[in-house]
Amino acid sequence: MKRYLLILGLIATTALSVFTARADDTNAPAATNAVAAATNAVAAAPTPASTNAPSVEQRLESIEAYFQNGDPTATYKDTNGNWTVNFGLGASIINTNLSNSIGGNVAYPGAGHNAWLLTSTALVLFMTLPGLALFYGGLVRKKNVLSVLAQCFLITGLVTILYVICGYGMIFGGTGAADKEDLIKAIVGNPKICWMFANVTSAPNPNYSYWVSENVYAMFQMMFAIITPALIVGSIAERMKFKAILVFMTLWMFVVYFTQGHMVWGINGLMNGCWNANAAIKGLDFAGGTVVHMTSGWSGLILCIILGKRLGFPKEPMPPHSIVLTYIGASMLWVGWYGFNSGSAVAADVVAANAFTTTTIATAVASFVWPMWEWIVKGKPSVLGFCSGAVAGLVLITPACGYVLPSGAIWIGIAAGTIPWFFCYKVKGWLGMDDALDAWSVHGIGGMTGAIMTGMLARQAANPNLATFLSKTVTDHVFQPQLIEQLKTVGVTLVLVFVGTIFCAYVTKMLVGLRPTEEVEMAGLDLAEHGEEGYHS
Amino acid sequence: MKKIEAIIKPFKLEEVKDALSELGIEGMTVSEVKGFGRQKGHTEIYRGSEYTVDFLPKIKIELVVADNQAETAIGAIVKAAKTGKIGDGKVFVSSVEQAIRIRTDEKGDAAI
Repeated sequence: MKRYLLILGLIATTALSVFTARADDTNAPAATNAVAAATNAVAAAPTPASTNAPSVEQRLESIEAYFQNGDPTATYKDTNGNWTVNFGLGASIINTNLSNSIGGNVAYPGAGHNAWLLTSTALVLFMTLPGLALFYGGLVRKKNVLSVLAQCFLITGLVTILYVICGYGMIFGGTGAADKEDLIKAIVGNPKICWMFANVTSAPNPNYSYWVSENVYAMFQMMFAIITPALIVGSIAERMKFKAILVFMTLWMFVVYFTQGHMVWGINGLMNGCWNANAAIKGLDFAGGTVVHMTSGWSGLILCIILGKRLGFPKEPMPPHSIVLTYIGASMLWVGWYGFNSGSAVAADVVAANAFTTTTIATAVASFVWPMWEWIVKGKPSVLGFCSGAVAGLVLITPACGYVLPSGAIWIGIAAGTIPWFFCYKVKGWLGMDDALDAWSVHGIGGMTGAIMTGMLARQAANPNLATFLSKTVTDHVFQPQLIEQLKTVGVTLVLVFVGTIFCAYVTKMLVGLRPTEEVEMAGLDLAEHGEEGYHS
Repeated sequence: MKKIEAIIKPFKLEEVKDALSELGIEGMTVSEVKGFGRQKGHTEIYRGSEYTVDFLPKIKIELVVADNQAETAIGAIVKAAKTGKIGDGKVFVSSVEQAIRIRTDEKGDAAI
């Protein structure tokens, strides 16, 4: 009976979305329409009576902007932002036939910047498939290894579908110009923007990049949207039904991820301190310390409490079935994370170069410090310690990489090898909950620590973009105003995650239940839910 | 005919095999097993979770020898497998009713 109701529900939702989509062909929100109309009006007639062809000087300036990751259209506009040339009269990097999701008249994408983002996108996908899959897969018992692999792949497909339908628009849609005063719009994205990926083309969207194709940027960000729910798997491994994961993740993406992503990275986001002049909270999160790690880690904590402990925990030994797989996964995560962190510069520029450097330093230091603590306190440095240290380093440097200097990265590395280690070794035991693969200790606590340390270690010298809106908060001191802004960001994130996850968990529990039967859990999820065994020998 | 089952420490396998070869005993069956006697297990630590593992990896050797060879075979095994430390293992001896070589249908002592 429950199953039929669920299927009916799914059909109803799909039908509803199709209808809404149809309706929205004609009912685009007024704000977006107005701006789009304005831009189109400009595009249709660059200058009423201009006989100016782009001059060689202007074209050169336009190309120079490529190296500085600057605006290629700036040289063609007057102080009021009106075009002063007629592109039909001469070749130019600007193409009046190109338009993106916010309107027309953009440059062709820049080859180098686009190439780096294409590569980064592949690297971030590699982090999930198979990086995270193997990292987690090796940590669970043999009878559950396939369940982890299946959950990672399920999430990849599921999130892609949701993101393409309306997720991209919810996080990044809109122009910002008309929306800046609206508090609701600063918090929650609009699913009607870019519905079914409308108008997301190979032309850059200047809200996010002058030189990277909007579709490439969208795909890049989609990989972040994919890995975030996959991280939650770490907390609930070995004891959550596949069906429940499908339903929970669908709800969670809308309630938590798209919302948090919009607030922190959307051009009119509430907490987008770097790029939104009107941001109520001047938050800094370069590559996702709050959006990816805090949301997944703290959601994991809440979910594992609601779900309850694995049968037999903590008396029955449940050691990792293959540290070898975990090691391979951790190494893949490190390599892939260069795309995650350095790619978040959305350009192959000085910021990306700095992010690459800080990421390497923090990760390497953390992977050294964690096993050293083990050696001192427990007597033996473990391979799992090296792997966990590296991942913790990557997590903590994530929000900070584009904003701190290499010296700051060293401190972050030391903190990463220490604080998450302490939470794994002591705090988890004190709290007694079964965070199976330590998603909370590493990602939840790590992401939060990294976000706070970003507030202390962000420096103007690290990133020229900090000067635009944040010269008063990033003052190059450890206890600078930016620290307060980061604390506010962390606070808002925690509230959203707590409320959102509790809601999604209980709705899922009501619809399909959360745990498998005792029999299934004892036998292992692989056979019962996927009809397969990981190993046959 | 006697069946000899010996549970030994894994790294002693080569030595025991060589000692039996010197006596002219070439055939045996070897399996990887887990077990414990008086030897305590060990502790493994994974990110703060400590597990006491009671079972230790061992090797079990099974061979069938003629009655007159049994004593020397047992002696060779015990000598080769001994380290003097706890966990060296045990040897069990039992009687075998029949043995057949599959290729030639030989029975009894001719089969081993």
